Amino acid sequence: MRAAERGRPSRRLTTGLPGALVPLAAVAVLFLVLPVVGLLARTPWTTLGDVLTRDESLQALRLSLVCASLATLACLLVGVPLAWVLARGDFPGRSLLRAVVTIPLVLPPVVGGVALFTALGRRGIVGRWLDQWFGYQLPFTTAAVVVAEAFVALPFLVIAVEGALRGADRRYDEAAATLGASRWYTFRRVTLPLVAPGVAAGSVLCWARALGEFGATITFAGNFPGTTRTMPVEVYLALQQDPEAAIALSLLLLLVSVAVLALLRERWLTAAR
Amino acid sequence: MSGLDADVRVRRGSFDLDVALEVAPGEVVALLGPNGAGKSTLLRVLAGLLPCDDGYVRLAGAVLEDTASRARVDTDQRPVGVVFQDYLLFPHLSARENVAFGLRARGVDRATARQRADAWLDRVGLSAYAGQRPGRLSGGQAQRVALARALAPEPTLLLLDEPLAALDAGTRLGVRADLRRHLAGYDGAAVVVTHDAVDAMVLADRLVVVEDGAVAQSGSPREVSARPRTEYVARLVGLNLLRGTAVNGRVDLEGGATVTTVGHADGDVFVAFAPAAVTLFSGRPDSSARNSWAGRVESVETHGDVVRVALTGAVPVVADVTPLAVADLGLRAGTDVWAAVKATETTVYPA
Repeated sequence: MRAAERGRPSRRLTTGLPGALVPLAAVAVLFLVLPVVGLLARTPWTTLGDVLTRDESLQALRLSLVCASLATLACLLVGVPLAWVLARGDFPGRSLLRAVVTIPLVLPPVVGGVALFTALGRRGIVGRWLDQWFGYQLPFTTAAVVVAEAFVALPFLVIAVEGALRGADRRYDEAAATLGASRWYTFRRVTLPLVAPGVAAGSVLCWARALGEFGATITFAGNFPGTTRTMPVEVYLALQQDPEAAIALSLLLLLVSVAVLALLRERWLTAAR
Repeated sequence: MSGLDADVRVRRGSFDLDVALEVAPGEVVALLGPNGAGKSTLLRVLAGLLPCDDGYVRLAGAVLEDTASRARVDTDQRPVGVVFQDYLLFPHLSARENVAFGLRARGVDRATARQRADAWLDRVGLSAYAGQRPGRLSGGQAQRVALARALAPEPTLLLLDEPLAALDAGTRLGVRADLRRHLAGYDGAAVVVTHDAVDAMVLADRLVVVEDGAVAQSGSPREVSARPRTEYVARLVGLNLLRGTAVNGRVDLEGGATVTTVGHADGDVFVAFAPAAVTLFSGRPDSSARNSWAGRVESVETHGDVVRVALTGAVPVVADVTPLAVADLGLRAGTDVWAAVKATETTVYPA
């Protein structure tokens, strides 16, 4: 009896669907799944170990992991305060600022790379001073990889954390204030811990985006083995000479993506709600 | 005045709050009133969570806020503790860390804060729960942790916003008795916001009834419950309240009817009497009851072992009768009856 009752809502949902939508939805699913199936089907399982333990692969992987992590840290450092300003601030132009935050989301990454050049390149509006005063040139360095990745990944963190802050109960902040906590102490001991799941989810998204970054990276940082040639760049180059290697490396990135998805699903997205 | 001395006005759209409040050290004042009367707004002003538009708040001789001199002390700098309606215990901190929070925020070192938090938890009887997160505490336990947390920094003023509202009837009684004990032992000024008359009577030394943003009545629980001055208070304390003009032991009511009383008041007066003092008859009574009015039954509800009957008519009254009387008179909504009250059962006092 109970099982029948439980089954009823889903049955009604299926019968309520306009039939024409089902095949179209199936096309969408196929479209999403087929490339992944293709990747798995073409994976050279026998030589997989060799390809992945090559020096170039390991070097690219190590560089990718380090740069994506550094970029995530940089995003946390400035992104959490920005999210706080967007969520809690009350000032004119806030919606404009929110639109600015989403620029890297809609901007083609290559254009982002070009834009970074115009700002931080040797002749860029800021980069020229870095060069003149410190003799420092950012482009085509590992630091440039981190900057490019942080640029495209920052919105993911900011949007996730801002959402968490908006959902957080501000009365806890009031309670902290009545206990003598300064705003900074409240932020550190109450606000931030309460939105920790949101920050964690945002960090994972941010990290995943940084790890996969290609366009802005290759434009702004180039592809020097060991210093700026990250996994996605390595995959792109390998595809032209050694497609099997490209597929093997892609599989590795796919595994990372799946891991991120699983992590987000099981740990944070459900726990936060 | 070394306790609390406040006179605040807050305008919020069409709502105006204008209340003066004095609370001596060691005194517990209950702000009693219906929802939306402005009680919580006043509490927020006292805590510094809401600026007042006009007026002042002084505590122990120090100015916390004064619109005339534009002085204002931020919430975190006020020696004020608050127990919030749903306690707002920090969910990510243990009971001990919650209680220690105010001390840590004010710069007390970790070991001392922890020690004092443990002492407070001991005082509210929750030593065994020091390491528990709020999510694992019952409502009554959470309330006691919230009280300990508010008291730990030793505030000069303690504010409690509906401290018992979130509890079920079963735990409420015990928690209320505990709260009363802790408030009695507290030497600062305490303000309890509640809409429950019994909570207010049990907890407070003095009641301040707030209605529509203004003080409607204030006094000791005994005064307020014996001589209600508004319809709301009368309902809270369970009395019928009529208003009229007294002349020679007779009161002419606003609706046109008259009540014979035994008082000697003259002029604008209130007449109060208990629902149990009202007797119902199916026809015009011919008894020693000197006051009788025709009315129509509006509602019939069981309250414990009595039945509460509300009447409409020239003199709207509430009567508590026995179930037997309900059966005998065939009482139900719409029944026409006569209500009678003896003059000796009424209390008359100046309005």
